[in-house]
Amino acid sequence: MDLFEYQARDLFAKHGVPVLAGEVIDTPEAAREVTQRLGGKSVVKAQVKVGGRGKAGGVKVASDEDDAVAKARDILGMDIKGHTVHKVMLAELAPEIAEEYYVSYLLDRTNRTFLAMASVEGGMDIEEVAATKPEALAKIPVDANEGVTPEKAREIVAAAKFPADVADKVAEVLVSLWKTFVAEDALLVEVNPLAKVVDGDVLALDGKVSLDANAEFRQPGHAELEDKAAANPLEAAAKAKGLNYVKLDGEVGIIGNGAGLVMSTLDVVAYAGEKHSGVKPANFLDIGGGASAEVMANGLEIILGDPDVKSVFVNVFGGITACDAVANGIVQALELLESKGEAVTKPLVVRLDGNNAELGRKILDDRNHPLVQRVDTMDGAADKAAELAAAK
Amino acid sequence: MAIFLTKESKVIVQGMTGSEGQKHTKRMLASGTNIVGGVNPRKAGTTVAFDGAEIPVFGSVKDAMEQTGADVTVIFVPEKFTKDAVVEAIDAEIGLAVVITEGVAVHDTAQFWAYAGAKGNKTRIIGPNCPGLITPGQSNAGIIPADITKPGRIGLVSKSGTLTYQMMYELRDIGFSSCVGIGGDPIIGTTHIDALKAFQEDPDTDLIVMIGEIGGDAEERAADFIKANVTKPVVGYVAGFTAPEGKTMGHAGAIVSGSSGTAQAKKEALEAAGVKVGKTPTETAKLARAILGG
Repeated sequence: MDLFEYQARDLFAKHGVPVLAGEVIDTPEAAREVTQRLGGKSVVKAQVKVGGRGKAGGVKVASDEDDAVAKARDILGMDIKGHTVHKVMLAELAPEIAEEYYVSYLLDRTNRTFLAMASVEGGMDIEEVAATKPEALAKIPVDANEGVTPEKAREIVAAAKFPADVADKVAEVLVSLWKTFVAEDALLVEVNPLAKVVDGDVLALDGKVSLDANAEFRQPGHAELEDKAAANPLEAAAKAKGLNYVKLDGEVGIIGNGAGLVMSTLDVVAYAGEKHSGVKPANFLDIGGGASAEVMANGLEIILGDPDVKSVFVNVFGGITACDAVANGIVQALELLESKGEAVTKPLVVRLDGNNAELGRKILDDRNHPLVQRVDTMDGAADKAAELAAAK
Repeated sequence: MAIFLTKESKVIVQGMTGSEGQKHTKRMLASGTNIVGGVNPRKAGTTVAFDGAEIPVFGSVKDAMEQTGADVTVIFVPEKFTKDAVVEAIDAEIGLAVVITEGVAVHDTAQFWAYAGAKGNKTRIIGPNCPGLITPGQSNAGIIPADITKPGRIGLVSKSGTLTYQMMYELRDIGFSSCVGIGGDPIIGTTHIDALKAFQEDPDTDLIVMIGEIGGDAEERAADFIKANVTKPVVGYVAGFTAPEGKTMGHAGAIVSGSSGTAQAKKEALEAAGVKVGKTPTETAKLARAILGG
């Protein structure tokens, strides 16, 4: 989960990374009081999870309270690269900046370790620095168990060639930032720019944090950081039911078991769609190992509730799950939906294979639901589902 | 011979007394796995009955190894305790630890992986968040259904559980030497490369099928490895061509960020290494069949 700048700022502050005072608001009027608290001036910063907001006009300096309200009004509602601005952060005006640096910790998948990255050329897009001046970006592996001690921090500072006058301060920031990374179960913490200001202080002026969803069991506070306003309503409904669902922009609804098989199903449907007016998968939905009738009903309800869906492809390989249980789940799900008064009008193509496939297919045949067709191969079923979606 | 797991393997289960552990211990026993014990410090000295077999429970992995000669552990403990369970297995220097548990925090995996390295990597780790591995007809360590296929000469390595099953099913009449589900988390123990190396060296494997998915660069690195080191034919499949950038597709590791980690890049890398890559699981199975038949 990627956080907004203001959320990253709050986490930095919590763990001792030096930041400027700032508050988040979602109405222009609120800017007046906050700006007053910040000393009569403020920087109004759009909160969007995309880079390049400065160039897009999403960051403006307000000279007084009235100006802050006007600037907040300008920025709230603005569209930045497809992201609507719902919140702005008002930050204390930074003292004059002398130099801008970059520091981050992240997961290095390739080497299966954590990595510290640091550069004295901060303030701009770090991918650009990495591409054009790789020697200016120090990359130091960090042992997950040893972490960033003051000694390790000095190693990073030396590798990135920070000037001597800020070396100690940057090292302190690196230790605090590591605390943030570990204590919050982050996959990325990035400060850009880390600024040296004229009085010699070092401050985190902007940052990014991405959190590990797997760690939610020990991070009860993280659920509140989720941006519920931005979630697609179908995704939000699926999440509330504990379903692993991602909305896509096609017409064929997909239900399957196991992340890999569902991803593969999306691909197979997209290939089949090439022959049927270019229809595409409408979603990713993994119902997991034990596809009970209830889980199947919840999944079907979400997918049938998607107005973009024209046909549904249920693709199950019975590993531990038995296909007869899945077939019963489908039948019961349809009955459950119909008993709730929800007319099921979209055709379902079902492919069952693996454990007890014959029994499962027989259950579907015996029920003989007019909207349910079974096709016993994955490629064949995908083709049928695409054909039905294209015909609608 | 097979890889990593044979009929000689003596298997213990960490978390055997829990509900998932019990369910799958029963299944593993039914498929012929030599399960010699479970581990639970609070229930040491007791036994658990499975269809007539009385499996003893030990207080630690070390105790279990000393008393039974166990060389494989399968870990089913809940995600909160997984790191400690793996660290215990590493400390006991057991040969193979198969971590089935799903939803392990990445920091925990990073820590036990770093710990394994600091201890000299004496324990091979498979997973976390994986279905385990099976050597059909010999032994089954994890949750892969044993009755999909039979012993044969194809080696299979896959990030995804259900795609492992699908591919075993597609080629069930030919059979497999070993099938290894390595898991799709951002950090995993055993990689595609480790399995490719073992299959290359295994006299009972004639052809290797590798299944990858979006995210990371493991498939690209596997392609480099194949080019340099693998002389046996390799057939590949990659899932996630239609996955949009920035969206996690079920597996924590299955996310495309920027231009890296796309299915297309992986496919091209594998093809450049001489791997035949199928567009669908079924087509991939056909490619394998054509090579073996020819």
